[in-house]
Amino acid sequence: MAPAERAVVVGAGLAGLRGAEALREAGFSGSLTIVGAEPHLPYDRPPLSKHVLAGAIPAHATTLPHGLGADVDWQLGTPAAGLDRKAGTVRLADGRALPYDRLLIATGTRARPWPNPHEGRLAGVFTLRGRDDAAALRRALAAGPRRVLVIGGGFIGCEVASLCRQLGLPVTLVEPSPTPLARVLGRTIGAFIGAIHAGHGVDLRCGSEVEWLEGEGGRLVRAHCTDGSRIEAELAVVALGAVRNTEWLDGAGLSADPGGVECDGAGYVLDAEGHPDPQIAAAGDVARFPHPLYDGRRVALEHWSHAVAQAAHAGRLLAGAPPDAAYGALPTFWSTQGDLVVKSAGLTEGADAVAITQGNPADGRFIALYGRAGRCIAAVSVDSARWLPAHAEMVATGAPFPPEGAATDRPKGIAIFDPGFS
Amino acid sequence: MSTRADASSGSPPGLRVSVDLNLCQAYAQCCYAAPRHFRIEGHEALFYDPAPAAEDRDDIERARVACPVQAIRVEDPGRGV
Repeated sequence: MAPAERAVVVGAGLAGLRGAEALREAGFSGSLTIVGAEPHLPYDRPPLSKHVLAGAIPAHATTLPHGLGADVDWQLGTPAAGLDRKAGTVRLADGRALPYDRLLIATGTRARPWPNPHEGRLAGVFTLRGRDDAAALRRALAAGPRRVLVIGGGFIGCEVASLCRQLGLPVTLVEPSPTPLARVLGRTIGAFIGAIHAGHGVDLRCGSEVEWLEGEGGRLVRAHCTDGSRIEAELAVVALGAVRNTEWLDGAGLSADPGGVECDGAGYVLDAEGHPDPQIAAAGDVARFPHPLYDGRRVALEHWSHAVAQAAHAGRLLAGAPPDAAYGALPTFWSTQGDLVVKSAGLTEGADAVAITQGNPADGRFIALYGRAGRCIAAVSVDSARWLPAHAEMVATGAPFPPEGAATDRPKGIAIFDPGFS
Repeated sequence: MSTRADASSGSPPGLRVSVDLNLCQAYAQCCYAAPRHFRIEGHEALFYDPAPAAEDRDDIERARVACPVQAIRVEDPGRGV
């Protein structure tokens, strides 16, 4: 490798950081520039919806440990605005052009905003994605709102709602599906977890949808639901998922859309004709890639461990590792909801059955194993993390579903349910 | 949990800690090694101080080494990572 080579990492989150570290660890000795839209060094997002909202730590304490030296050019606070692959440059929002020989795309996602921009700008309406979002929401929670409205019952929504209960705040969670977490975990397991949150005092309004937000003098005062009900709340957290940051790639001739930037199995991005560009890799939330554990289905994963593992893979690839090794780590994530811990291994999509293999949902501690066409495809632990690795192994190897044998605490056999997708 | 003051305050550089909570199985060895910086809530929810003060590095290092699943990562500008 010529020492004069230039590497640019676009995205200064977890994936960008770990990708840059991997480049260096794999021996890349050229210039290294990291571009970040926010003015902050890379920080850890999971504590934002927990420790930071709880007031246990300030938002700036989430800055990530890293192993990069002083020989990194940090371009923070200036988002990338364009990519010119012919010229080999990344254009920044301030007009500058950064030349690259190797490029890592790790621009991640942003919070999906409330669909009505006028209502979304009301004081008291928040989204939660970045460090500054968390700091602002923490200040609003600390002011003691009479009620918090959480719009959306996914993982962030459940984390925020349970955190509000820990703070002693009345909270209403509105979710159009019949249960929280229905999209990712299905209605059966979603109902079990929803019952735990309801038991902690979360006012769950499932099967309902917020139609519009009413303000007075520019401040949120209440929400109106499609079923005609009203929720009096001066603070709302919009938790409607994430949007992938791919707009800056418009016109670059890559295969990129709001679903992510397409990659091949090795991690190189694909151009509009589907050919890999060997100078450019992508990693983290923004990368859509064929997952070898799931028959090559194209997925983009918004998981912490995935950002770490795929970025390390992409960094090594850009540093010259042979591209024949496909990335295919088993997807895993965790979610701390109040003092409840939900962990997962594998992908539940397409599951046709779910078995409770350990514990008991009525006790709030259990393992759910998801099957599809007679194979294990995912496992979810609820306050039962020590059982998860063995189940993750069954998922990674595609072990037969339902598993043979009975759980130690379930001598009459394993209970099997319809997972409640669709 | 104690947390060091704002990074720009001119105090000696503190530590940076992150825990891979996918790996964490709540063995709580870190909580014994550095009780002011790690604690378990409920059955297995680990809360930790991501920015301990430099003078707490011995406790933090004990916690890092004690973790049975090696989930704790520490950056110590005073000593290198």
